[in-house]
Amino acid sequence: MSFLQVTDLTVAYGAIQAVRGVTFSVERGQIVSLIGSNGAGKTTTLRTISGLLRPVAGTVLLDGKPIHALPAHEILGLGVAHSPEGRRLFARMTVEENLRLGAYTRSDEPGILADLDRVYDLFPVLGERRRNKAGLFSGGEQQMLAIGRALMSRPKLLMLDEPSMGLSPIMTQKIFSTVRELRSEGTTVLLVEQNALAALALSDHAYVIDLGRTTLSGTGHELLADPRVQEAYLGEGVAN
Amino acid sequence: MLSTFLSQVVNGLILGSLIGLIALGYTMVYGIIQLINFAHGEIFMVGSYGGLAMFTYLLPTAIQNQWWFALPLLLIAGAAIAVVVAVLMERFAYRPLRNAPRLAPLITALGVSVALQEAVRVFYPNATAAVPFPKVFVEGTLAIPIGDGIVPIRYTGMLIIVVSLLLAFALNTFVNNSRMGRAMRATSQDRDVARLMGINPDRVIVLTFVLGAALAGVAGILYGADLGLININIGLQNGLFAFTAAVLGGIGNIKGAVAGGLVIGLVKTLGGQYLPGGTPYDYVWIFVVLIAVLVFRPQGFFGETERVRA
Repeated sequence: MSFLQVTDLTVAYGAIQAVRGVTFSVERGQIVSLIGSNGAGKTTTLRTISGLLRPVAGTVLLDGKPIHALPAHEILGLGVAHSPEGRRLFARMTVEENLRLGAYTRSDEPGILADLDRVYDLFPVLGERRRNKAGLFSGGEQQMLAIGRALMSRPKLLMLDEPSMGLSPIMTQKIFSTVRELRSEGTTVLLVEQNALAALALSDHAYVIDLGRTTLSGTGHELLADPRVQEAYLGEGVAN
Repeated sequence: MLSTFLSQVVNGLILGSLIGLIALGYTMVYGIIQLINFAHGEIFMVGSYGGLAMFTYLLPTAIQNQWWFALPLLLIAGAAIAVVVAVLMERFAYRPLRNAPRLAPLITALGVSVALQEAVRVFYPNATAAVPFPKVFVEGTLAIPIGDGIVPIRYTGMLIIVVSLLLAFALNTFVNNSRMGRAMRATSQDRDVARLMGINPDRVIVLTFVLGAALAGVAGILYGADLGLININIGLQNGLFAFTAAVLGGIGNIKGAVAGGLVIGLVKTLGGQYLPGGTPYDYVWIFVVLIAVLVFRPQGFFGETERVRA
């Protein structure tokens, strides 16, 4: 049984179906990416898994149990953390307050303090500026904080939506090496990326979403080598 | 004369801290769900009448005169009744409209105000006429000689200032430093992301109404104890002042609500004393100040220019 199994997911905004038949699975301890062009339905898929949106049809099973009818705050409690597109930090709160909100459902203060230190080890710049307002940070620093915030719930499944958006190549590399580190610590990662080249190179498994449907799947390296993927999504990436 | 000036300053601070206490409820609810809860003034009124009813029908006559006993009981009763009414109001009037266009809950709030006034009138049929409110605190004034005059300070006035500022300070500490307070600020800044943190927005919203109503209920008791008379219109009048105070201070901002309340109190008493027209025109100056602030600093004293919305 897969850790996360999404089957025939259909999600609509009013009359518009943004997702119509997305099917994929994530195994424990893997990095899995969803790639695809802008508007393909990747973000909508993540928002549905985390409970912000309700599917019209289809199922989301976590450890075999359906979660697609649960409210978002309960899904976090099951070990699913979602770092949303555009980072969405609490800009008027400090770094530390943002991180503590990530640990909102936990009550083990020593564990929370240990995890704060862990995030500050992972991203030293956050530790140095823990009393500063999150809104004052650069894009890369904000992304670190967004990932750190999602980690503070000690998720079993970490969903990252476009973590490289707007970042310099160096910062992107740093974020992706952090993701690899997290996997080695046992966290399962579901990654949505437009930077398909970097995402595929990192992933154990990947799915292509096109016009609201999963169209291709394979290991990261298989998809990197697939001419259809190269043509549609890697043109820019290979040129770089 | 200095003593006249200082007397009006004292009166302004008394009125202002009471208005500030009510304004906290407006500003917090707006901060979380962007609703101007126009029924909040009536919550204050209901708290006042609730305390009066408790005093009249439940409190044994033997202890009605023991203020150190009657006052805390009345404050708790006023707050409790205000909280119950506010929770019902949120659950049945506002929550079903959570995702409706913003005009719908606003108009509902006006409807709730009328409903609450009429509900009180069921129990107090002559409620537009003033009813005496029990004297549940030390009566009289402390006279402080200043220069060639005297500055009188009512003991009930001192009570209002001390209780209001203590409660406002406690609320500010709660919102800024507690886990639930952090959840309130998170919900106010970005409700969807707050949900992703495991925060149940419904609980945060109820808590916000509860806190605002408790403060309004306490204000209702303090108001009655100070003036010795209440009527059914006190909610509308003081609610309007409190709403203005919240806007002056920067709606959504706790310190702003208190500062706005104090400014309104001082403008009303000093304007009535020194500006042309005297007391009958004192309301005018409040709204002159409001208009001036809205023109030159529309976000209010402490308001933020950018608001992050869910």
